[in-house]
Amino acid sequence: MNIKNTVLELLEEICQDDVVKENLDIELFEEGLLDSFGTVSLLVGIEEKLGIHVGISEFDREQWSTPNKIITILENWA
Amino acid sequence: MIPYSSFSFFMILAVLLIPIIVLGYKEKRSMVYNSFVHFVILLLAFISEVNQFVSFIVYIFWQVILVNWYVSYRKEKNESGVFYAVTFLSIVPLFITKLLPVFEIKNAVGFLGISYLTFKTVQMIIDIRDGALKTLTLKEQLAFLLFSPTISSGPIDRFKRFKKDIDTIPTKEEYRLLLYQGINKIFLGFLYKFIIAYMIDDRIIETPFIQGDTPLATFIYMYAYSLYLFFDFAGYSAFAIGASYIMGVKTPENFNMPFMSRNIKDFWNRWHMSLSSWFRDYVYMRFVFFMAKKKWIKNRHVISYIGYFLLFLLMGIWHGMELHYIAYGLYHAALMISFDYFERMNKQFNFWKKNKVTDVVSIIITFHVICFGFLIFSGRLF
Repeated sequence: MNIKNTVLELLEEICQDDVVKENLDIELFEEGLLDSFGTVSLLVGIEEKLGIHVGISEFDREQWSTPNKIITILENWA
Repeated sequence: MIPYSSFSFFMILAVLLIPIIVLGYKEKRSMVYNSFVHFVILLLAFISEVNQFVSFIVYIFWQVILVNWYVSYRKEKNESGVFYAVTFLSIVPLFITKLLPVFEIKNAVGFLGISYLTFKTVQMIIDIRDGALKTLTLKEQLAFLLFSPTISSGPIDRFKRFKKDIDTIPTKEEYRLLLYQGINKIFLGFLYKFIIAYMIDDRIIETPFIQGDTPLATFIYMYAYSLYLFFDFAGYSAFAIGASYIMGVKTPENFNMPFMSRNIKDFWNRWHMSLSSWFRDYVYMRFVFFMAKKKWIKNRHVISYIGYFLLFLLMGIWHGMELHYIAYGLYHAALMISFDYFERMNKQFNFWKKNKVTDVVSIIITFHVICFGFLIFSGRLF
């Protein structure tokens, strides 16, 4: 399964803004696109669509701040 | 002796920190000496109240046993019931402490800083449950719990972040910067707590006019008290963070210009940040995650609103079980829910456009709304 496309689709749906597909280095939290509710939706989506379980304790706003960073983390998820 | 509240405390602290600074410049750290410093500061904090000291010791034993047992249990099994039971048991001492004043019973369980220690322990238990924290030595746990600069009122650190700091010794350059920032923060604390907050209290709040029972007095009190609360607590936080830095630990910030918030959500990312992010991560997000997975409630906004309600109710109760604290929590829950609704409507119809003027107006409105919250919090109304 393509992690990149799945993540981008999830982000577009959650942020309700297609800018996340155009600018993959956009700061999701600083720009107000993602908040804690969005974060949870993202984690639930990742688990349902990709089968990767990311606990809330493992989610760090600074490390997961842009679409590109999120994709990279998930692609390297052990 | 309450930490950071008297001249003699600062003098003792300064002397205790000298060897740490000397070692820091040599890129060294002595665990033995650091433990000695923590021991002295804790002793100072509790020495005048022997029963507090006893409660403190018993409490630490209790939490250490619970967490250690849970970490070894979690290696074998992961029952939800056990997790809830352990969490409950670790909250019991705090719960009793908060409940006793309601019945006007003398509090023999509580001690200075009990709620902040409870935040740290519950955090560890939840991280163990999540599998984010797999091993934990007694030494690490005690170092985290007994870290003395933040013992009385936070800021609340995170175990993983804290561990990274105590496991790495800063280079000479890094330490010089930490020391510089630390001293800077401590002096900022003097300005905030002992000059600005003191003046507001002495010259405004404690005057006979403001203490009088007139609407105008209450109105002025509302703003004075809000500013006092900020400068007093931000000042304390600056001391705690500054002292942590000098000891090589980058304790997280607590305030980021809260009176410049553009809305209530923004405010909670700027006010008492270590507490609000704790509640965000360990109450709100977990609740929403749980509900989203179970799919008991279809409407995602309803889930989020119940989450806010739960978060702020708990935060209110945490301050104390008196009515005005609970009302304060509910007030903020209502604000967060209303703002969320407003934000969504605005995304759709865009009636409140974002520009310089609306930004300024938003900051002014938010400021007054926040101050009214603190008036409730102060207990002056009821």
